[in-house]
Order: sequence, then structure tokens, then C-alpha cells
Amino acid sequence: MAFNPTPRQLGAIKAAAFALALLPFAKLVWLVLNEALVEPLQYITRATGDWTLYFLCITLAVTPLRRLSKWNWVLKLRRMLGLFAFFYGALHFTTFLWFDHFFDVQEMWKDVLKRPFITVGFIAFVLLIPLAVTSTNAMVRRLGGKRWLWLHRLIYLIAPLGVLHFWWMKSAKHDLGQPLLFLVIVTALLALRVWWSRTRAGAPVRA
Amino acid sequence: MLIRQSPNGLDRPFPSEITPREVFEDRRRFIKQLGLGAIAGTALWEMANREAFAQGVNPKLAAKLNPAYSAMDKQTTYKDATTYNNFYEFGTDKSDPSENAHTLKPRPWTVSIEGEVKKPFTLDLDALLKLAPLEERVYRLRCVEGWSMVIPWVGYSFSEIIKKAEPTGNAKYVEFVTLADRKQMPGVGSRVLNWPYVEGLRMDEANHPLTLLTLGMYGETLPNQNGAPVRIVVPWKYGFKSAKSIVKIRFVKDQPRTAWNMAAPSEYGFYSNVNPEVDHPRWSQASERRIGEDGFLSRKRKTLKFNGYNDVASLYSGMDLKKFF
Repeated sequence: MAFNPTPRQLGAIKAAAFALALLPFAKLVWLVLNEALVEPLQYITRATGDWTLYFLCITLAVTPLRRLSKWNWVLKLRRMLGLFAFFYGALHFTTFLWFDHFFDVQEMWKDVLKRPFITVGFIAFVLLIPLAVTSTNAMVRRLGGKRWLWLHRLIYLIAPLGVLHFWWMKSAKHDLGQPLLFLVIVTALLALRVWWSRTRAGAPVRA
Repeated sequence: MLIRQSPNGLDRPFPSEITPREVFEDRRRFIKQLGLGAIAGTALWEMANREAFAQGVNPKLAAKLNPAYSAMDKQTTYKDATTYNNFYEFGTDKSDPSENAHTLKPRPWTVSIEGEVKKPFTLDLDALLKLAPLEERVYRLRCVEGWSMVIPWVGYSFSEIIKKAEPTGNAKYVEFVTLADRKQMPGVGSRVLNWPYVEGLRMDEANHPLTLLTLGMYGETLPNQNGAPVRIVVPWKYGFKSAKSIVKIRFVKDQPRTAWNMAAPSEYGFYSNVNPEVDHPRWSQASERRIGEDGFLSRKRKTLKFNGYNDVASLYSGMDLKKFF
């Protein structure tokens, strides 16, 4: 018998997830205000990038978790988790624009076009924007469920691009442990979907 | 955005205003002599304040300040300089070396001098400490990652070692081989780099008086995470050229195969001179963040060619520094 929370319990779970998801941000703010960071902007760039990837993975994990555990209610958390991926991605991008270019957009473009790892990260972030914009119920209705679903499958492209961005960033330092971990997780989460859609086991795959 | 250059000769001097080299150098000498007094005064004041941030954890090293080779920049705090390090033998995070380096045993220690020399020999730490008078020099340190510090080192010109080694005519380069001991260094198990970490200099670079055989910092012996007990400091090159915890100094015919150059030849050249005009493939080197100063809401500071050590420019006259990066 799968766990099935009452609406009240679900509300509590959502609130707890929201608070947890804000913890990394709170920690950053706290570290900055306490001047506990030697190289604050470097640290913030890394932390926000990491958390963008974590939330992309967590969001991608919702469907497999639902299918394997029969907890259909986890689907109700997915929108919030995806928006947190966007939230940390936006912080990551802002930090880059701020500390690498001090809001000089022209300079930023030069960098985006010149350095492949930044190009890839930038594309991934830009692709996240329409997903964030169309995350409301009203937008789902306006687009129609089918079209909305297709649009939101962009995450299957965004997550690998994010991993590639991290991989290239780390590649020359020969320090690929973390990018490899993300690669394994994202590959596994996407491979499950491919496998399910091939075998047509159980319910039809929904994003 | 159009940036107008004011044609006042300030940004770009008129050719007519450029001083002939000889006159300029003579003047430089004169100004240096004039300035030494002022610099020494400031530096003494800095030293008086030293107590405020040296921890007294390591034995003191008596050294005489060499004002001619001391930067006037505000010095990095001892805490930042000893807790924010790249020393991959102890892990790849900046905090790893200070957390893990306690397992390094800097005494007893010997450095062997070998290769193209009249007679190979070894020096223990006491011999190294006595080889030449210890000087304190305040150098800027610029990391290839885009951050910088200002550190008061203790040591003497590496040329003292060269003199003692009596290299043969075949010696064209100096190779620094550093310790790679799994028992003392947890990071040596990783495959991040080829161990031991090897660095090198061309003979004239090694002989340049700025190249410092370094035994201490902040008036004390080197902390483990900063390359105890003996390292090299080459202030006009990116930090990774300044090898830590050296066990062998080899005089060789061919350009040494250095660790970072082998790991990523397109990103870390053998020369690796600090140069704002030559980008790293993945980021610009035009500016830097000075640790402890350039932080929030402030623009990064402009990186100076050769890290501001223009004395070394003559070593590279006629060389294309974009090609030999």
C-alpha cells in the first residue's frame, strides 16, 4: 500500500521541501554577511552552479520515483523543484554577469561566444527560461496539455547541457569526479525513461 | 559602446615623449635609491604590524628586509595566505591543504642537486638556511585561476644555489622535483596530475635575482600547506610555477616536462608568465581578484604584465609571448 498523504499532509510536505530547497541559498547569504568566504564570488558561482545541477537531477528523478514507488503525489512537488533549478540557475548566471563582467553585457557576449563551456551553460540557462515562464496553471491551459508537455521535455536537453558545461569547466583541471557523478545520475534518469518507453511497461510515460 | 581615447599622451604616450632607454634606466636607478628610504620606512612599519597576523605557530626566521624587491601593496593576512591554497598533493579544494598538510614531515629534509653539475651533492635544511643571508621580500602572487595575494617571503635568490652547484655548459634549464609520498600526502593517490609534481625554469630565469629560494613567510618557517620546508617563488609567473616542498633540483639540457603542461598543454604553457594580453582558453587573464580586498561590488583589478615585475621583460625580448605562453 503506497503512502498517500491527505491534502493537509501534502501541504506540510510541500512547505518542508520549499524550506529545505532554500537552505543552500540561506547558507550563501549567511556566509557572505559574515564575511566567512575568502573568495566570495568564486564560491557563490560554484555553489549556485552545483545546486542548479542538483535540482535538475531531483526534478528529473520525480517521474522514476513515482513509477517505482507508486507515490503519485510526488508529481505535485515537481513544479516547485523545477522552479528551484531555475532559481539557482538564475543566481549562477547573475553571479557570472556580475563578477566576471561587472554587468557589462557586451563583454559578457564576447565571453559567451568565445568560450565553449560558457556557450553551453548559457544555452542551458536560456532554455530554462520558457519552462519557468510557462510553469503556472494558467499557462498550461493556454498552451494546452500536449504542447506544454512537449515544451517541458526541454529538460531532457537542459540537464545534459548543464553536465557538459560543468565537465568542460573542470576538464583541464583533471578533476572530473563531480562532473562524472552528475553524468552518471543524469544518464541513469534519462535511460530509465528510454527503457520504459521501449518496453511500454505500466502506464504510458509522462515526461 | 565607444570608449574615446583622450589624445593627451597619458594613456598612450606620444613617440616624442618616450624617454630613450639609457636615460630612463639611469633615472630609474636614481629614483630607486631615492625611494629605498621611503620603502624601507613603510616596510618597517609593516613589520612592526607583523605580530598582529603571524600566528607564532612556526619557528621564527630572522631575515633582513630587502626593500628593493618588496611590493608596497597591502599584505594578505596570514590566515588567508595559509588557508586558501592550491597544493594538490593534499587535495584539490582550497581548504584541503591547510586541513590535511599536518601529515607532512618537513624535518629532517634534504634537497639533492644533480644533473649537469660539476659534482652532485645534497643539502640538508640547516645547510640551506645557512647558504646565504636570509632576506624578507614582499611579492605579489598571481594564481592562474584569477586571484592574487601579497606575501612576505623569507629566503634568498636562487642564483646562490646555482653558484654553489657550478652547472656545466650543458645546463640550459633547471628542474624542480617535489615530494610525492603517499604516506604524507593523501592527494598523491589521485590521478589529477602526474606525480611527482615537476616544475622548471630556463637558466636565465632561474638566475634572475627575483627568483627566490624560499624557506619562510611572515617571518616564520613555511607552514606545511605553503610548501614547507623549501620551495621556489617566481613572482612574475603564475603561482603553479612556484613549486612547493622541493626534494631535487636538477640542471638539465632539455626543457623540463612540467606537471601542468603535461596535464593540459593548451592551457598551461612552460613559460606561464603573468600576462593580461594572453587569455587562458577558458577565461580572460586581464583582471584579478585580490584576496581580502577585491570582493563584493568592486570591479576586479587589472592584471599587470609580468605581475608588475618589468625587470624581467629583457629575458623575453624577441620572444612571442602568445606563442610561448
